[in-house]
Amino acid sequence: MTKSIKLVGVGGQGTILAAKVLCQGLIEAGYDVKMSEIHGMSQRGGSVSSEVRYGKKVYSPVIEKGNADILVAFELMEAARYMDYIKPEGVVIINNHKINSMVTLNGKVPYPTGIYESISEKVKTTMFNASELAVELGNPKVANIILLGSLVKAMELTDIDFEKIIRESVKEKFVDINVKAFKLGLNQYQG
Amino acid sequence: MKKVMTGNEAIARGAYEAGVKFASAYPGTPSTEILENIANYKEIMSEWAPNEKVAIEAVIGASIAGARSLASMKHVGVNVAADPLFTFAYTGVTGGMVLITADEPGMHSSQNEQDNRNYAKFARIALMEPANSQEAKDMLVEAFDISEKYDTPVLFRITTRVSHSKSLVELGERINKEVIPYEKKFNKYVAIPAIGRQLRHTVEDRMNKLAEFTEQTKLNYFVDNKKKDLVIASGMSYEFAWEALGDSVDYIKLGFTNPLPKNLLAKHAEGRERIYVIEENDPYIEDFCKTLGIKVFGKDLFPYTGEMTPDVIKKYVLSTNMESFEVEADKVVNRPPTFCSGCPHRGFFYQLGRRKNAVVSGDIGCYSLAVGEPYNSMDWLICMGASLSSGHGAQKIFDLDQDNKKRVVSILGDSTFFHTGINSLINTVYNKGNTINVILDNRITGMTGQQDNPGSGYNLNGEVTEVMDIKKIVEAIGVKHVRKINPNNLEEVKETLDWAFGLDEVSVIITDWPCVLKKKYMDKDLESYENVFRTKNMVLQDKCVGCKACLRTGCPSLVFNKDLKKVSIDSASCVGCDVCLQVCPFDAIVKEA
Ligand SMILES: Cc1ncc(C[n+]2csc(CCOP(=O)(O)OP(=O)(O)O)c2C)c(N)n1
Repeated sequence: MTKSIKLVGVGGQGTILAAKVLCQGLIEAGYDVKMSEIHGMSQRGGSVSSEVRYGKKVYSPVIEKGNADILVAFELMEAARYMDYIKPEGVVIINNHKINSMVTLNGKVPYPTGIYESISEKVKTTMFNASELAVELGNPKVANIILLGSLVKAMELTDIDFEKIIRESVKEKFVDINVKAFKLGLNQYQG
Repeated sequence: MKKVMTGNEAIARGAYEAGVKFASAYPGTPSTEILENIANYKEIMSEWAPNEKVAIEAVIGASIAGARSLASMKHVGVNVAADPLFTFAYTGVTGGMVLITADEPGMHSSQNEQDNRNYAKFARIALMEPANSQEAKDMLVEAFDISEKYDTPVLFRITTRVSHSKSLVELGERINKEVIPYEKKFNKYVAIPAIGRQLRHTVEDRMNKLAEFTEQTKLNYFVDNKKKDLVIASGMSYEFAWEALGDSVDYIKLGFTNPLPKNLLAKHAEGRERIYVIEENDPYIEDFCKTLGIKVFGKDLFPYTGEMTPDVIKKYVLSTNMESFEVEADKVVNRPPTFCSGCPHRGFFYQLGRRKNAVVSGDIGCYSLAVGEPYNSMDWLICMGASLSSGHGAQKIFDLDQDNKKRVVSILGDSTFFHTGINSLINTVYNKGNTINVILDNRITGMTGQQDNPGSGYNLNGEVTEVMDIKKIVEAIGVKHVRKINPNNLEEVKETLDWAFGLDEVSVIITDWPCVLKKKYMDKDLESYENVFRTKNMVLQDKCVGCKACLRTGCPSLVFNKDLKKVSIDSASCVGCDVCLQVCPFDAIVKEA
């Protein structure tokens, strides 16, 4: 069976790096893998999404609505935006971290409330603040790898040597903190 | 060795393996990364051209001189390149030549959904459509063989999902293709009418030979699942069809699509219960099937627009709708793309938006974001370079009215000026126009991801090169009223707009400040852009009265706190452009010490 993983967030949050590491791990584990992303105007504060599909043989690189086994939202509201992608029996992992958009920044519209409640009512949901944990580790940027850790745990991919792939994917001086972040993430997932 | 690659990376690899020696392109989503990746192969000379016509012409020259050569562009780029393409279709090639067109079903980042497969038919050249990264690489290598063997340019059509999705690719070695020694062949290459009339027959012969080839090539094949129904598909639609329908149908997979294989299609269409043609954009394969008298379901069943993703196929073939949760409207707000913090376009549009008599003729670049809140300063946008010329035509008509107060302000960026804007400005001056023309010079091609251009000081290989001086070009064209200003200085912008609105002759305003995402600076740039992006602004909380005047600049670094009724500045993203500082009526915004 082909599995579908959707990573969503806001430009600059490192969803693409997380998806890349994930992809590489899956390939080394012998899966056929396809990945898709829409490069829109991510640098300009837009919402971004990366999709990874793996299995014995994968045809489509894109995930259809209602077909994601797991949705990892790097930002709270983005989880709500992509709810139509998750399978009813799927899993949602949410980074409890808010990034304003132009319309909420200038006070025109409030940032929505009750997002976690509305999602966790429908589907199995884990939420924690990866951004805060990343700051505690010493670098806000590693939130993406913390979330990757949780995703790996949730998808039961812990047999894959992701530590090795992280070592190969990030600059040397960032290896240690990313490995720590990954392990921290593994333990955050309560399945 | 296997590597996971995007379609664009795989095409670059294919160019390398095919022994390509020369490549040129103009950026455009989703094609841009093809040339960016080709530039990593030092064996290939690669260049950004100022526009697609120039790119393909340089590539045509390289082919005539005997080298395998390649041009890449987004779908609308081929419109710009069409003139040389149609004649090169007659002359044929010496070194193999491939033109890559990246189409955009669903219009993720484009203004239209044109199906460039029509160009292959129209120009009478070979057409290929890969479905994934492996095919993108392998078929590109084969495209060069076909180009040389059949003496034809090859149009290589990919779509957004092929370009930007990743899959595994088995890598090969580079073929060592020597440059074919040059021989003068004026009967082939000098396209005067007498020769054109002969070449017209050559083209017909070639298409006849390709009509045989398309039946035999392994690029087109039948997949026998021993089922009653048949799906005919090409490119990414083939992958989508397999995902949706699996082995519940038979397939004809088409990789070589101009000319299409008549016999292959007719043979496997016989005795079918249902035949579906699944393709994105136009009914290109469908119409051909219909000329053969094959009854198919096509655009009468499937939507005429958008991507043929598996959910679409399931919906229309199987009548199954995927179950999915609804997105709750009160749980999300939009994230419209905005000018970055420190974007030099902000100051200019902040001032322009306040002119009630301005009619703004827009263009394609980051500044097209000025169409939205809070600037609302764009009346129309057609295609690259059209701002200056369409603005000129509109002003001529407005001025028919004796009491006309409307002034057209035409706006484009530096890359767009070099692309086709120069010709438009020549037209305005030549025809005694009187528009206000603004060149937002941020020293880079911003929208597509900061590619260098003739005004940036660097070429694709990162070498320092001549910087085209836009002011001198404008003056040389004959514009008498030219000013170069700092767009972050609001007083200067306002005063300059007053000046231009007061003239009744053509004027040009050049705003001179770099894109915040520009990475490479020459020493002299750093001198002229003092302290560029190295400072920060902050709000003195005791002075802020919460009037929100600064928010009208639309800067994402400004945060309004509803409870405190005060604004603060996100210090991590602020780069100290001072635009908000100048807008604040209470002097509550200052430079951080
Ligand atoms: C014919 C054509 N080629 C390419 C593109 C893709 N494209 C959109 S905007 C743009 C460049 C804009 O650069 P510039 O005018 O310098 O403005 P900036 O984005 O830097 O503000 C390009 C290449 C296009 N839309 N049409």
